[in-house]
Amino acid sequence: MSRAEAAGSDGRAAAEAAGSDGRAAAEAAGSDGRAGAETVGSDGRAASGVALGTGSGGRAVSLAWTLGLFRSELSLTFRRWRTLALLAVLAAVPVLVGVAVRIETSDGGSIGGGGPDGGGGPAFIAQVTNNGLFLVFTALAATLPFFLPMAIGVVAGDAIAGEASAGTLRYLLVAPAGRTRLLLAKYASTLAFCLVATLVVAASALAVGALLFPLGEVTTISGTRISFTDGLLRALLIALVVAASLIGVAALGLFVSTLTNSGIAAMATTVGLLITVQIVDQIPQLHAVHPYLFSHYWLSFADLMREPVYWDDLVKNLGLQGLYAGVFGSAAWARFGAKDIAT
Amino acid sequence: MPSTSGDRAGDRTADVIETSGLTKRYGKHLAVDHLDLTVPRGSVFGFLGPNGSGKTTTIRMLMGLIEPTSGRARVLGRPMPRDGRRVLPRVGALIEGPALYGFLSGRDNLLRYDSADPTADPRTRRTRAEAALDRVGLTAAAGKKAKAYSLGMKQRLGLAAALLQPRELLVLDEPTNGLDPQGMREIRSLVRELASDGTTVFLSSHLLDEIEQVCSHAAVMTRGRLITQGPVAELAAGARGRLVVTTPDTGDAARVLKELGVADLVIADDRVTGEPPGTELADVNAALVEAGVRVRGFGVERASLEDAFVALTGEGFDVAG
Repeated sequence: MSRAEAAGSDGRAAAEAAGSDGRAAAEAAGSDGRAGAETVGSDGRAASGVALGTGSGGRAVSLAWTLGLFRSELSLTFRRWRTLALLAVLAAVPVLVGVAVRIETSDGGSIGGGGPDGGGGPAFIAQVTNNGLFLVFTALAATLPFFLPMAIGVVAGDAIAGEASAGTLRYLLVAPAGRTRLLLAKYASTLAFCLVATLVVAASALAVGALLFPLGEVTTISGTRISFTDGLLRALLIALVVAASLIGVAALGLFVSTLTNSGIAAMATTVGLLITVQIVDQIPQLHAVHPYLFSHYWLSFADLMREPVYWDDLVKNLGLQGLYAGVFGSAAWARFGAKDIAT
Repeated sequence: MPSTSGDRAGDRTADVIETSGLTKRYGKHLAVDHLDLTVPRGSVFGFLGPNGSGKTTTIRMLMGLIEPTSGRARVLGRPMPRDGRRVLPRVGALIEGPALYGFLSGRDNLLRYDSADPTADPRTRRTRAEAALDRVGLTAAAGKKAKAYSLGMKQRLGLAAALLQPRELLVLDEPTNGLDPQGMREIRSLVRELASDGTTVFLSSHLLDEIEQVCSHAAVMTRGRLITQGPVAELAAGARGRLVVTTPDTGDAARVLKELGVADLVIADDRVTGEPPGTELADVNAALVEAGVRVRGFGVERASLEDAFVALTGEGFDVAG
């Protein structure tokens, strides 16, 4: 049973699982969330190679199994109608923003009265008319505070609780999936969803931006100009940072998911916590707790558009996400490991 | 690591399930109270008791899903829940009915559950899933979404999941619940077939006749306690048979039998039944005829498991649940 094999913090448990059953799994789902979201894709591909028997003996089978569970989780997540609906909503946001900007500026005017910061709306929106690439940044800035984390909250909140309420959890555990492994596979697939969701927003924004607005050299926040290719790379980097910004919410959602046997309750609680945190982050009197809120440094991704890049808040953001992953990952592990599965 | 053949040989104990003092307490309520259960290898073991008597809680403890409050449980010779990773791949289980992913096809449900098993070889996954589907007769419906399955089909798919690998022990919790008579017959014949292959089957049920038809051994639970366990034949033999007289003159027959010292007389339709007296039964029949009772049938009926149950608990068995 997982309780016996997993000791110490979540991170250590992940490392143990990796030791016996495959290093790649720990990379995909380890305590260091930053690496997690970025390596998930390539690990998924590596799994098929192992399954064909490139490894040696029982170790290869065991590795294939660990990745097999993760792949099974992944395909389960993306075959749910709900997941596809969430991704469709996320893909629609850049379309709405792009069309709105296009209509607003069709008379040759600029957004929001032409002030230097556009006077309102998401970051970068004023530059969209000059360069469609900025729609990527605008769309990410528009979806990061709510749409993206809400989607993650739904997927993460449902991860354990949904299986518990459907009764499928008991069959996974007697298979036996192992509680620690199942949790790691669930977390890894949630992180993969973070990445896919962010990339869907970015790709949709890029397509809409290219369709409705001119593309070309990019002016950074610092005023320097970089080539369009460099701009694209920055956009990709920003998408990865945005995906990594969701690591904390994913861990929180997974923890909530271990507390209840109702998928709906877990989703609602996670999304409720998200809204609460966002509100608390807006109240100046509570500034003492602000640096500890998982959403506090989210918009620091814009600093990647400076020349040179301003790293301080980016690093703080990623560190905070790692902290949330560690704390709530451990809490989820402790709770799930000792839970009576009575559904 | 998957268990090797060496492990397996060491685990070949005579009893596949042993519990001692197994207890689960929810607040003040004792769901399972000091259970000492022994399931011999190769048996078809009926785990009998009314709904709510603690059968499912016991099974969940055996499968490592819930932690016992106190006591020990060993499955296939190893402690549970501690050695679950070694024990559970060799156990197929159907617990409290099937649970499926409705949006996946029957086949994909099996692939999903198989991918959770650490000892399941991904290279043979599809072949094994097809074989399991074939075994429960679901090949034709394998591509249909599970939410479109009837209850009987879901039950059979759940069984198929338990049969994805060769198992030493099958734990089937109320496998015929909610099935029509045809479905019940199919499941029972499948259980017999599996048992004849040497698999130990642990079958919980609240249906006495089911246990009597299928099982070699049985244990009886009520209100969290184990009342008795042993071979079914012995359990039934423990209760004495009943003297049955079939006659149109039930009133006279009852009077004569009472004079002859037959206790616990019950008259139902044209049958008078009672505890057989210690005297020669032929004399009893002669006395009846002498008294002018027209006897249509006379004899001792073998005790059923239900009689054994009534004798043990002093109460009727809640067959309807």
